Amino acid sequence: MAYSEKVIDHYNNPRNVGSMPKEDPNVGTGMVGAPECGDVMKLQLKVNPETAVIEDAKFKTFGCGSAIASSSLATEWVKGRTVAEALRIKNTDIVQELSLPPVKIHCSVLAEDAIKAAIADWKKKAATQAAESSALPKA
Amino acid sequence: MKLPIYMDNHATTPVDPGVLQAMLPFFTETFGNAASRNHSYGWEAEQAVETGRKQVAKVINATAKEIIFTSGATESDNLAIKGVAAMYREKGNHIITAPTEHKAVLDTCKRLEKEGFKVTYLPVQKDGLIALDDLKAALTDKTILVSIMAANNEIGVLQPLREIGQLCHERGILFHTDAVQAYGKVPLDVQAMNIHLMSISAHKIYGPKGLGALYVRRKNPRVQLTPIIDGGGHERGMRSGTLNVPGIVGLGKAAELCLQEMPEESKRLAALRDRLKEGIMSQLDEVYVNGSMEHRLPNNLNLSFAYVEGESLLMGMKDVAVSSGSACTSATLEPSYVLKALGVGDDLAHTSIRFGLGRFNTQEEVDYVIRRVVESVNRLRELSPLYEMAKEGVDLKKVSWSKG
Repeated sequence: MAYSEKVIDHYNNPRNVGSMPKEDPNVGTGMVGAPECGDVMKLQLKVNPETAVIEDAKFKTFGCGSAIASSSLATEWVKGRTVAEALRIKNTDIVQELSLPPVKIHCSVLAEDAIKAAIADWKKKAATQAAESSALPKA
Repeated sequence: MKLPIYMDNHATTPVDPGVLQAMLPFFTETFGNAASRNHSYGWEAEQAVETGRKQVAKVINATAKEIIFTSGATESDNLAIKGVAAMYREKGNHIITAPTEHKAVLDTCKRLEKEGFKVTYLPVQKDGLIALDDLKAALTDKTILVSIMAANNEIGVLQPLREIGQLCHERGILFHTDAVQAYGKVPLDVQAMNIHLMSISAHKIYGPKGLGALYVRRKNPRVQLTPIIDGGGHERGMRSGTLNVPGIVGLGKAAELCLQEMPEESKRLAALRDRLKEGIMSQLDEVYVNGSMEHRLPNNLNLSFAYVEGESLLMGMKDVAVSSGSACTSATLEPSYVLKALGVGDDLAHTSIRFGLGRFNTQEEVDYVIRRVVESVNRLRELSPLYEMAKEGVDLKKVSWSKG
């Protein structure tokens, strides 16, 4: 399989590799895929609770070069955007940017799912927190 | 040292310079049709073909007349299985094979199933070998053919041919073996092993592509095949078509070289293979060997690198030509069916790499490959969420994954 230059670049120099503490209330973690399918992406976002801006993003991916590139690109794109803006990133944007061939489209779908899952996790945390803080004074 | 390093000799091999030299005159000078009976061009070509036949036969203790030339081992497998099925249909309609066979055998059997044949796919054990008791239990009065490969193309395991042949011999059942990976690499003896049909390929033994052979036993018993190609009745009527004389000369020469070199070469390859295995496994944890190490081709190594997807690993080692059982590298997007049959989970099948050493590999190359594998696996594990979870003590089998 011939890879596009951008895929090779992300594979050789992946952006934002790493992990953030899952317990951090401002960090949303999304884990999508399955080992038996050959793709697992973990995407983490650190969101500013005041502005809803994604201040940092980290990923780790088990998968082919295109999967690694898709998640690496996703971290680049979400950084500095608001949560609402990040939710508008479509897998087709990733396909286009990385020139993914048809057999690799599922990698881009996974990356979009990872962004959504991470944001959902953050929202859940934020909601719980809000409930707790509003509950606190009464206690 | 020339890069990229070729270590995928189960896929194909380069033509040996000696083989090429032997072939060349037969393109331009001695170009006759081996079937031309009335001039010297034809006679010379025929003589070259008969020399090739002898050379091919000698490697497996057969006689020259028992060798049929084909376009390759895929055709040989088709001819052996379909030819027996059509010829012996009156006698029975049951065929036995294994799920780890090459697609040329499996898909041929599948087609026969559509035509009313019954096919038993013997399970393989964790080490990749069939169990003789399973074979014994599967044999019926209707069984006409057992087709079990000599050596597997992915994991290199050697099936117990002698024992299978003995069982078939006792029951009067024909035994075909796809010996593409084993021929010329490990000793094979059609007499001692009671083999009736054997598929052979030239390009796996440093010969040219597009040329194969089928051994068809002539005595005790005399095996008959219904041809799958109709025409001029070449090759004892079993395979029509003008003979590929240069190819046959090449296969013959390649066979002769393999036979000469086998005792030394198999030791050399086994030593290189073991060096590769030790070099990798002493530096990386959670690396698993797929298939038996005891019953194995000297030049094969198949490893699973847990938490690292195979295609990404290949991508990280662009200067090393090996192959992977990962789904991403296959046309079907399914991970290796061979590893699956051994009970290797899909998660580990995705991480497998096949190393196929060959005549032209050196120790320097092996050492280079060890370094590249270790570097790449370490780098990709740093990137792998699965490795991180495993290190944290998470049991990956118990995680409920979202299957995308």
